[in-house]
This record gives sequence, structure tokens and C-alpha cells, in this order.
Amino acid sequence: MSVLRERVTAVWLGLMVLTCVTTWGLSKDLLSPAVAVVGIFAIAGVKVSYVMLDFMELRNAPIPVRVAFQAWPVVVPMMILGFWFATSALA
Amino acid sequence: MSTLSRVGVVIADPVKPRRLPGVDGVWVAIGADSVIFAILFASFMQARLHNPAVFETSRHTLNMNLGGIDTLILLTSSWSVALGIQALKRDLVDQVPRYLLGGVLTGLMFMVSKSIEYFEKFAQGIRPATNDFFMWYFTLTGIHLMHVVFGTSLLTYLWIRSRRRAYSSLQRVVPECVASYWHLVDLLWIMIFPLLYLQRAA
Repeated sequence: MSVLRERVTAVWLGLMVLTCVTTWGLSKDLLSPAVAVVGIFAIAGVKVSYVMLDFMELRNAPIPVRVAFQAWPVVVPMMILGFWFATSALA
Repeated sequence: MSTLSRVGVVIADPVKPRRLPGVDGVWVAIGADSVIFAILFASFMQARLHNPAVFETSRHTLNMNLGGIDTLILLTSSWSVALGIQALKRDLVDQVPRYLLGGVLTGLMFMVSKSIEYFEKFAQGIRPATNDFFMWYFTLTGIHLMHVVFGTSLLTYLWIRSRRRAYSSLQRVVPECVASYWHLVDLLWIMIFPLLYLQRAA
């Protein structure tokens, strides 16, 4: 088995790059807080989605199960961002 | 579609049936755990809503670099375990132990990293009772760390059994269940890390 040819390897590399972008890029003060926070949680959602689809193998799961689990990386970042903007508005 | 040119017949490839790795019960547990963590995240954000200044000041005391490295460690761990399952599916049973061992070692690395972080906090006099932020910090990271310890123990068991060739492409339900749980541990950290370490105030 050639590790380099495995799809999970390409996904892992992508996830590592996205983590570096988030941790050592978007967290700095280069962008406005709103843009940075939206970017950080959007990327987190994408990362979770790929972990589910390719590491957990939900890509080949029955469609209803896949849809149910794929709701999590959409709903959770949106919920967090909803609170974040509400907190900013109240501050 | 594949073609048998000699006889001029077109035969459809058999459709790969959709399936969940492991057993359904594990997926119910994974789904329930995900929902519980989503509720914890919402509770954290609600607490932050009432006192954003304390949360922002406290967040700056966290070691962001260590948190980022923790994420890289867990992603690598998940990848290694996923490779182990791929090897198992192809009956490359000689390769499976090394990938599972990769999962075990990276799990241990995460525990060491988190211990360093906790000792740093305690040395600074920071406790769960210090303020709301740190109560949530220790709660979320502590519950997640328990998941890591449990998952690493399961992976160690799998690694020992795989060295005795206990698993194959036809006997992979237990490894698939453990792997699915381990990926859950990874994805939960993917959300906990920005929630605690990277979420700037407006």
C-alpha cells in the first residue's frame, strides 16, 4: 500500500495546511476580528467535514446518516458565530 | 461501466453498497457525544456573552502554539489510524500494527502536551475557580482529554491484538468502531481549539 497514493493522505495534508493557516495566520491582527473569526470557524467546519467524510468514511455511508452527521460542521460554527456577533453587538 | 470487447457486451460494475464502518451502536454514541459537545459549546458562548472582557483577557494566557501543535498531532493520529483501516481492508495485516502504533504514540504525545499546558496554568496560579473562562477551559479540555485517554487505551488494545494478526478484512468491526471513535476525538478538538484559543473579541 503506497501511503502517498491514499486519498486520506491528501486529506491529511490539506487539514495540516488549513490548521497552520488558522493558527499562525488568521489568528494574527492582519484582518478585522469579524473576518478572522468567520474565517477561523468556517475553516474549522470544513476540516470537521473532511474528517467525517474521509477518515470516518461517511462518504460511503447511507445518505440519511451522512446528511445527519454533516449537519454538525455546518450548524455548530453557525451557532458559535451567531453568539459571537450577538456578543459584539451588545458590547 | 466496463466493456467486454471480445463479445461486444457491456456489463455494469457492481454498485458498491453504502455502509457505516463498525456497528450502528457506535454511531449512535458518536452522534450523542457530538450533540452533547455542541450543547457545551453553546453554553460556553452564552457565558462569554455575559462577560466578553474576562474571556478575552483569559484567552491571551493560553499557549496558542501548543494548541496548534495539539491539533497537528491529533490530525496525524487520525490519519495514521485511517491508514491502518485501509491496510486492514486490503488484508495487508503486516502493515496494520505500525499504523495503529502511530495512533497510540500520537495519542500519548497529545496527553504529554496537555499535561505541560495544565502544569503551566497551575504554576501561574490559574485554577478552574479562577473565573468563568477557566472553568470552561478546564471542563472542555478535561472532558476531551478523558476521551483521548480512553481512545489511546483502545488503540493500544487494537495494536496488541493486531500484532497477533487478530484482524483481517473480514474481521474488522472492532478496529472500525475504535477508529470511528478516535476520529470523533480529533474532530471535537478541531472545534474546541478555535473556540478557546483563537476566538478574538470584536
